[in-house]
Amino acid sequence: MRGPARLGAGVLTDSSQPLAFVFDGKSLRGLAGDTLASALLANGYRLIGRSFKYHRPRGIVTAGPEEPCALVELITAAGREPNQLATTLPLREGLVAQSQHRWPSLRFDALAVNDLCSRFLPAGFYYKTFMAPAWAWEKVFEPLIRRAAGLGRLEATVGDHADPAEIVHEHADVLVVGAGAAGLAAALTLASGGLRVLLLEQDSILGGGTLLDARWTAWRERAVATLRASALVRCLARTTVLGAYGHGVFGALETLAPEESVRFGGVRERLRVIRARRVVLACGAIERLIAFPDNDRPGVMLAGAALSYLRRQGVTVGQRPVFFVNNDEAYEAAFALKAAGVPVVGVVDARSESLAADRATAAGIPVFRDCAVESVSGGAGVTAIGFSKLGGPRRRLVADSLLVSGGHSPYAVLATQLGAALRWRESIAAFTPELDPGLGVVAGAARGIFGLGRAASDGARLGAQVARALATAPAAVETPFPVDPPSTPLAALWEVRRPGKSFVDLQNDVTANDVRLAHQEGYEHVEHMKRFTTHGMATDQGRIGGLVGCAILAAARGIPVAQAGQPKPRPYAQPTPFAALAGGEVRKHYRPQRRLPLHIWHAAAGATFVSTGLWLRPLVYSATPGWDPVLEEARHVRQGVGITDVSTLGKLEVSGPDAGRFLDYIYANTFSSLAVGRARYGIMLREDGMMLDDGTTARLAPNQFVLTTTTANTATVLEHMEFQQQAHCGRMDLLISDVTDQWAQFAVAGPRAREVIAAALPAVDVSNEAFPFMAAASTDLAGIPGRLFRISFSGELAYEIAIPARHAVEAWQALLEAGRRWDIRPYGLDALNSLRIEKGHITGAELNGNTSAADLGFGRMLKKQGDFVGRILSQRPGLLAAERLQLVGIRPVDPSRRLRNGMQLVDGASAQASLGYITSSTPATQSSGWLGLALLSGGRARLGQHLVASSPIHADHPAVRVVSPHMLDPENARVRA
Amino acid sequence: MLRLPCPFCGERDETEFRFRGDATVVRPGAGAGLDEFNAYVYERANPLGWHTEWWLHAAGCRRLLKVERDTLTHEIRSVTAAATDGGH
Repeated sequence: MRGPARLGAGVLTDSSQPLAFVFDGKSLRGLAGDTLASALLANGYRLIGRSFKYHRPRGIVTAGPEEPCALVELITAAGREPNQLATTLPLREGLVAQSQHRWPSLRFDALAVNDLCSRFLPAGFYYKTFMAPAWAWEKVFEPLIRRAAGLGRLEATVGDHADPAEIVHEHADVLVVGAGAAGLAAALTLASGGLRVLLLEQDSILGGGTLLDARWTAWRERAVATLRASALVRCLARTTVLGAYGHGVFGALETLAPEESVRFGGVRERLRVIRARRVVLACGAIERLIAFPDNDRPGVMLAGAALSYLRRQGVTVGQRPVFFVNNDEAYEAAFALKAAGVPVVGVVDARSESLAADRATAAGIPVFRDCAVESVSGGAGVTAIGFSKLGGPRRRLVADSLLVSGGHSPYAVLATQLGAALRWRESIAAFTPELDPGLGVVAGAARGIFGLGRAASDGARLGAQVARALATAPAAVETPFPVDPPSTPLAALWEVRRPGKSFVDLQNDVTANDVRLAHQEGYEHVEHMKRFTTHGMATDQGRIGGLVGCAILAAARGIPVAQAGQPKPRPYAQPTPFAALAGGEVRKHYRPQRRLPLHIWHAAAGATFVSTGLWLRPLVYSATPGWDPVLEEARHVRQGVGITDVSTLGKLEVSGPDAGRFLDYIYANTFSSLAVGRARYGIMLREDGMMLDDGTTARLAPNQFVLTTTTANTATVLEHMEFQQQAHCGRMDLLISDVTDQWAQFAVAGPRAREVIAAALPAVDVSNEAFPFMAAASTDLAGIPGRLFRISFSGELAYEIAIPARHAVEAWQALLEAGRRWDIRPYGLDALNSLRIEKGHITGAELNGNTSAADLGFGRMLKKQGDFVGRILSQRPGLLAAERLQLVGIRPVDPSRRLRNGMQLVDGASAQASLGYITSSTPATQSSGWLGLALLSGGRARLGQHLVASSPIHADHPAVRVVSPHMLDPENARVRA
Repeated sequence: MLRLPCPFCGERDETEFRFRGDATVVRPGAGAGLDEFNAYVYERANPLGWHTEWWLHAAGCRRLLKVERDTLTHEIRSVTAAATDGGH
């Protein structure tokens, strides 16, 4: 489309490729190479959206990622995507966007009444106005504010792509951030020294400022071609460094161009995690605004943005532009517009002397020196501006746009994240970062070296410095560079203080008066002012107005800006989709899944699986919900024989001459005295005296123990043991091996278990005399070398057989075959849980990190002699107090009432305070009704008491009786049978 | 993110390691009582500047490393394996 604002060809646009798009329901045309913003400007659009707090009309202010206002909603097949930056969004065929944060329409916004009431809505008003009454916040104020404030609307379906993003790791000798004059020169120098360079540019094309000056075209094209041809250099455009994380680690977000996205199967973003030995921060400087009344009207833009739209897309931002500047660099836009045939109405310059102003006057552009803009006319767009000389009468210029430049602030954010100090530079009225040379350098405009030629020289010189620091010899970069025009320094100008709203943060609607209010309220530090006013806390991180706000704060405090400082924004430098951070780690790839060696068998047997930690375990061998199939499995164990897969148990082997002594130190009870061929139940404490884990440990040989840990605690216990070994037992001779994955393990449990094991292992004497409870042995099963333990978690006569994982299926089949005569049946995790609750065995619900050995009834297991982890602090008076929560059993008084995990136990009479809670519960396998385990204050002294188990959210409050946790076979007759 | 030069595996990301706390505290000997163990488990200096810490290379060699780190700048001065002659 060749609209009134499209003057000709731009560096990026291709007039042979028109694109159709839709904005707010209207069909429009743009060109390939347009951003949405440039296409809207080309179509004469100025009003783009409404502001955050006051709902003031807003337009496009900048031409890049620093844009505070031109946020739109993108409508795609997947749904709405709010808060897309029109200034960086590439135009594509069929793009549909709409303005946001307006109701009912962009032209007429009902909530613009906020603007008129604004003296009742000052900074910090949320905190004050809505303090009382307390109930009103949730019911009245918050819903209202949420409707009125906030940007964009979220939609649940957005981002539900099959492959939304990926994470890529990058390694380089030197990371160069920014491919402007300084960055390109630095990269050329570094590569000439033989260093691997990663050059990142947020723009869609390399070149930065050189794209805006035709004299640099030849140099830029040669530089980019050289870099692209180098095997040492990788150049990535559309890639923004999001944060600097120290030790050479950086995060960057690459947004794929649409055609590239198609090539990579729909991947939209790549999160690049970069590790580099040094960094060259050549990220440039950002033009800043000046605060004056109504400096937010559509048509008020930054001068550099006007130059950018003209050069890059051939679009003029207005037909009658006026400039308001305090520096020479901004005149480039005026010269360029004039040369393109746009009548520049005039330049209001705050200074009296300027070489650029002299050139402008000579070129026929009126310059008004020593003057400042103090008013803007026009609601939905600039129609005229008022300005005056200090103390002089106000003059008026009819204009359709006002192009502002308050100077340029080096982009110091990444350097400050690396700990760089900020130094005030009066000559540019801005801070520059001082980076530790051990980390890298800041080059070009990013350290206040303005002018393309000077920046390029600086980049080349500092690139060489980095190359030498990395012990390489760089070649000289091709010079000379085009010469920068002579310039006069800027004169700092932050605010033209007149009545009205002078904005310092256009995205969060923060005014100069808000900053002064923060000071008045005592928020004197820039970081406090930032939080009180929200200045710089929007997605643009206050790039164009941040320093202006700080300067206004400094003036209010009566100190120089240098002393006030500026906030240090944290990552991320730009809004980053969660999908990009997640990369491929979504849904079933969110975390690894561990499958049992018998997974396929379990699935074929109709198991319903459950995730426990990373493991997938059979919950019950039935698809029928409810307790019936679970109880059927559990009762079959109690009455006959069952088999279950306990391979997830942690298995740790401890071997060596000092293995026994080490276990004595790790466990609260003794293991060095354990006989070979025997197993023992052990408890482990943390050094603070609380229970860490429990399990059975067997001695297979004089110097070889095999421990079992709770499934969920395996990694924790291993790490604990390794820490203790290496930190405190350095002189002991032992080895710890995690063999969890190497061994499958099955429990055969029930009154018929001995017959099954005898049939499966004919060579082993499994009589009670030869292989009693807690016996352990190495043995063969169907020719496979394995291990046999007589241990029981279910409370039944039981054996556990461990088999190398690769033989799991044949061993399991052999056991099933051996048990066929006794109708052996598999049982799942739910049945196992029912059995152990009934027996009073603990697991994760009771081993919750807040329970001591004494709480769980193991107080007497703690050895009296010898050092062990947790020995001293387990005896803290508080841990021995009678009112501690202790493990008990719970039964409902009325057997028809059910129990629930988490029910609070209260004294029926008073029912004021909780005395404890139910940790585990199940229907009984041996009788009717429910039973449960609970942690109850002074529980052991309450056996026989009647309490109420209360679940208010279920309105369920059954009376219960406190019983011993050993609700089945307290004499252990079954396990010893 | 820290990059820790493991003496056994080379320079690796912090995410491969598990932080195991202050390595300047020494586990009290056999005769120690509640006060000494309370100090050992709970009392920490929180220094500004150089500090010595335990890091276990959990996703690598699984060796326990003593790391000297500047708590302000995150500079790493030395990384050594836990002594093999200490304690029990």
